[in-house]
Amino acid sequence: MVEGALRAGCRFFAGYPITPATEISEILSVKLPQVAGTFIQMEDEIASLGAVIGASLAGVKSMTATSGPGFSLMQENLGFAIIAEVPFVMFVAMRGGPSTGLPTFPSQSDVMQARWGTHGDHPAIVLSASTVRECYEMTIKSFNFSEKFRTPVVLLIDEVVAHMREKVILSEEEMEIIDRVKPTVPPEWYIPYEDVPSGIPAMANFGEGYRYHVTGLTHDIRGFPTSRPDEIGPFMTRLHRKISQHFAEIQMAEFFQTEDAEVTIIAYGCVARSAKRAMIQAREKGIKAGHLKLLTLWPFVRSAVEKILKTSKILIVPEMNMGQLSREVKRVSRGAAKVYALNKVDGTMITPEEIMNRILEVS
Amino acid sequence: MAEVTKLIHKYLRHDKKFPHVWCPGCGIGIMLGALIRAIDRVGFGKDEVVLVSGIGCSGRLPVYVDFNTLHTTHGRALTFATGVKLAKPGLKVIVIMGDGDAVAIGGNHFIHAARRNIDVTSIILNNSIYGMTGGQSSPTTPYGMRSSTTIYSSIEQAFKISELAVTAGAVFVGRGTVYHAKLLDSLIEKALLKPGFSMVEVIAHCHTQYGRQNRLGTAVEMMEWQRDHAVEVKKAATLKSEELKDKVVIGVLVDKELPVYQDEYEKIRERAKEAGAQKV
Repeated sequence: MVEGALRAGCRFFAGYPITPATEISEILSVKLPQVAGTFIQMEDEIASLGAVIGASLAGVKSMTATSGPGFSLMQENLGFAIIAEVPFVMFVAMRGGPSTGLPTFPSQSDVMQARWGTHGDHPAIVLSASTVRECYEMTIKSFNFSEKFRTPVVLLIDEVVAHMREKVILSEEEMEIIDRVKPTVPPEWYIPYEDVPSGIPAMANFGEGYRYHVTGLTHDIRGFPTSRPDEIGPFMTRLHRKISQHFAEIQMAEFFQTEDAEVTIIAYGCVARSAKRAMIQAREKGIKAGHLKLLTLWPFVRSAVEKILKTSKILIVPEMNMGQLSREVKRVSRGAAKVYALNKVDGTMITPEEIMNRILEVS
Repeated sequence: MAEVTKLIHKYLRHDKKFPHVWCPGCGIGIMLGALIRAIDRVGFGKDEVVLVSGIGCSGRLPVYVDFNTLHTTHGRALTFATGVKLAKPGLKVIVIMGDGDAVAIGGNHFIHAARRNIDVTSIILNNSIYGMTGGQSSPTTPYGMRSSTTIYSSIEQAFKISELAVTAGAVFVGRGTVYHAKLLDSLIEKALLKPGFSMVEVIAHCHTQYGRQNRLGTAVEMMEWQRDHAVEVKKAATLKSEELKDKVVIGVLVDKELPVYQDEYEKIRERAKEAGAQKV
């Protein structure tokens, strides 16, 4: 993830120590100053995200890393970044909760916090990863999405993936790096929150001649606070539209043998690894099983699930929580398939055997 | 054109966001005037100034001024400012806070920014009350005074913001009042020129909330109180603590040298580069 962040051009990190995300801080404290970047350990997670937003406004790609309790503290400034349209990336390594919970055990219980943790109506981009290579690639994707759509992106992994060691060979060239679009008009013509067709206005950095106002208050197209319904409505609509009209690009998933699958396992993070194994075992037993691996958790990959519904009448959603994403699967499948959850909240991984047993139970 | 009109045209977003939200008689305008005059005198360019604020009456200040302006979440202004300054050290970062911002919800950020010696200038408007939300007590509401949430009397001891900054390690600490406008000009100017964490506490009146609830009179009468109760630092040193009990000590409380965070970090970068080169 660190390599991905540096490759994507990240040059600022602010964070606060927390298991199981501390390794990212430690490595970046060594590597960022080597590339003329900045690492700072702040007094808490609230301050960390504030510093990240400030650095991004000054024009530097920025990030932080945390886990459940720290993520809770960051929700306030996460909302600020959404309304003020400030890009950055947050790594969140999920551990068992609520509260201090299980600091060293894996979990997937922050899927809904990542979607709705901060108050108010807002869009969210949340990605996940299940291998070390995906951590690298999804980190670059996260930075690309955040810069392109002018919004924070959460890369939501779990303790297993956060502490995983795998050998990967990373290629320098293969992935495109996207930077924010800066204004090209003269400063007096610049409209920082203009309602452009793409929904994503150009972003000026502090100190480059475009003096504008950034606020957490609902604002007009020039960035100044407004209480006019004819300005609030269009602003809120654009805030959602800038994500929703790019769903096809944002929503990523991988299909494994789903073409003829009658039973499909929908999984993400470390559970996707077990799901793939279970799918292979099921195929060996003659069950037409498939696997849909989610790389984008939010906005929820409705079209990918709909594709699977053409053949699969049984969907199994194993998750290390009480069913946060299986409800989403139920919602979008609208009765076209039976959706079975497989929930585990005892601090251990879901094994291929447990998924296999669930397949045998329901098919 | 009168000097003041020139400044208004140069620095205020006069064609955009006026009239302002503050009550007639409020002290914030005097503080804003002092800030603009100080910036003009030290000669910072408008593009290089980033004005950061928190929430409340003081939080609205950046809207009116033609700089890079950032209106953050409550109490967090210093954290955003830290990010801006470290990402682009060439920028002049000024943080406007109220007493609630600085020493209630943002108290932790305040002492740590001072301790780190981040090169930003903080200006704290201390009016002893939460004005915008309707006059609730703040950490600087004096013992025994009334507010919307302490109608029987405040039973907590008040924070002394400047003394807190001194203890936390700020390299420049000054306190003024909105009555002593000339002093405020010079304090802010000194703070702007000081490398490291500088802070100016501005004692102001909120006649609308604090004054009304405690029957302290009009804005003018409250400013007269500031005149009558202010004691210069030098004179205060000759007085006994009993005599200083209801006084406000004004002037420069601290002006010292300590390593500035960004200069120290530059050294870290060089060491990191050497270490990285050795590895290869």
